[in-house]
Amino acid sequence: MFYREAGQFKTSYTADQAAFPIAQDRIFIAIWLFIGFVAVPLLSNEYLFRAIFIPFLILALAALGLNLLVGYCGQVSLGTGAFMAVGAYAAYNFWTRIPGLNPLVAFMLAGGVATIVGILFGIPSLRIKGFYLAVATLAAQFFLDWVFSRIGWFTNYTPSGSIAVPPVELFGFAFASPVSKYLLCLTILVLFAVVAKNIVRGRIGRSWMATRDMDVAAEIIGIRPMYAKLSAFAVSSFFIGVAGALWGFVHLESWEPLAFDINRSFSILFMVIIGGLGSIMGAFLGAAFITVLPLFLNQLPTWIGIEVSTAMISHIEFMIFGALIIFFLAVEPLGMARMWRIGKEKLRLWPFPY
Amino acid sequence: MAQTRALGEPILSMDEISLSFGGVKALTDISLHVREHEILAIIGPNGAGKSSLLNVINGVYHPNRGSVTYKGETRAQMRPHVAASQGIARTFQNIALFKGMSVLDNIMTGRTLKMHAGFFWQCLYYGKALNEEIEHRHKVEEIIDFLQIESIRKTLVGRLPYGLQKRVELGRALAAEPDLLLLDEPMAGMNIEEKEDMSRFVLDVNDEFGTTIVLIEHDMGVVMDLSDRVIVLDYGRKIGDGTPDEVRNNKEVIDAYLGVSS
Repeated sequence: MFYREAGQFKTSYTADQAAFPIAQDRIFIAIWLFIGFVAVPLLSNEYLFRAIFIPFLILALAALGLNLLVGYCGQVSLGTGAFMAVGAYAAYNFWTRIPGLNPLVAFMLAGGVATIVGILFGIPSLRIKGFYLAVATLAAQFFLDWVFSRIGWFTNYTPSGSIAVPPVELFGFAFASPVSKYLLCLTILVLFAVVAKNIVRGRIGRSWMATRDMDVAAEIIGIRPMYAKLSAFAVSSFFIGVAGALWGFVHLESWEPLAFDINRSFSILFMVIIGGLGSIMGAFLGAAFITVLPLFLNQLPTWIGIEVSTAMISHIEFMIFGALIIFFLAVEPLGMARMWRIGKEKLRLWPFPY
Repeated sequence: MAQTRALGEPILSMDEISLSFGGVKALTDISLHVREHEILAIIGPNGAGKSSLLNVINGVYHPNRGSVTYKGETRAQMRPHVAASQGIARTFQNIALFKGMSVLDNIMTGRTLKMHAGFFWQCLYYGKALNEEIEHRHKVEEIIDFLQIESIRKTLVGRLPYGLQKRVELGRALAAEPDLLLLDEPMAGMNIEEKEDMSRFVLDVNDEFGTTIVLIEHDMGVVMDLSDRVIVLDYGRKIGDGTPDEVRNNKEVIDAYLGVSS
């Protein structure tokens, strides 16, 4: 009874097509924004920022990007890590080679480079689907890994192959403290999430979903599969590229190609699948699950006072983590976003039986 | 049925169309005309090439020989998006709706070709993009109203019963405001009541919007009542072409498909 649309009459299509047509949803989002922008900065400590919140925000951005491609357009990609690497190395090169370049501009340019690379590696999607496409994007992962570790130009010929950058500085303000980094990432994430939401509820989003659900019918309506698929690769890669740039510049500050290896691709794909394909909310839930849960499992024995060796903890962590993933997928194959939706439908009536 | 509508010039002509898949000949030397504003039914036994014929018309299949003339332009083959932009819409034998989208979104997708707001505005969902969404929403609501599916507009189509899905698919095709509407077995698997509803929609579309309709149907009662003209296919050949009465009494058609009527 607390979550229902009864009594909220819409008198225009604009109101009906709003991002959150139901008042309770708007309140809910406002609460989350408040928590994100005010409560968390006031309440948490440096460790939490570094270990949980900043990685969560950046990986959520990458998951959001991947979800546009996999969840909305139905094109499976295992190249996320590589596209993040493209973003990070492109941002680094723009930033070192153009003196005085605003880092935000460098991030956006990096997103642009990732877009172009994403489109290039998206071209196979015009002919192949499903698992075969996943294998083709895997090629992007291996190829780009190789490029960044072997071709010195990309790392500006640093002898070790690893890159170090100073804190991001915008308009004279250095984002050096964890809180400022957190707020920077949060702001970027919120802006990108709004853009993603807008795209998926408009014409482009519908053409992606149409291609995903029934490509022959989509083509007969006049949606050209080439435009739909490549635009999905482009937008998705842009998001992922910016996330990669943030991961390098804001979170790691010094990194080597290993930071963007195949494991990164898998973990982001897991976020999307566990969170919920085809849902903006799902990207956040999945990212939270994958980034927070291992740390939580890691800390749990200490909190409840059991003496376990560190090696043991990390083994158990892997086992429980894997079991939980299987559990979630078995209980709700459509992801946590779907559970959330079912919960909302139940809440419409609760506490009454009907 | 009373002939009140004046049939116009041919909007679509097929000339000596042949289509084969490897050694299988799906269509052999098919020539036909579809005149403006008529309802043309294509009938024939299973595997006669009816769906292949529709697929040639809107460019999913490319014929090996022959040409298609549509709105005065002769082509060796159509391309699906060209067909769509020239005003050919269709529904499918096995429902081909976008299952993960709501009824409203499905029908809105039917208007994709009429929407042009740029990427920038789409990202903001404001200005041009918003105006466009609203403007097309009005059109889509008219179609929803016409098909009497107001109550389910926000429902995911995957959850709808079969009969309603068929109706939504018709809605999606109508959203493109087509000049030529191809319906592949619009009434297959429906009960009498649903068939009556669908027949009424087909007639109304033809009447109100003046849309030319080509439909494939197995229910002879429906075919004979609805259509102005009937074409009969058998083994990829055209064996009959004429008004329902002519076709009904055609010896070859009776042997191949209709059987001896009592």
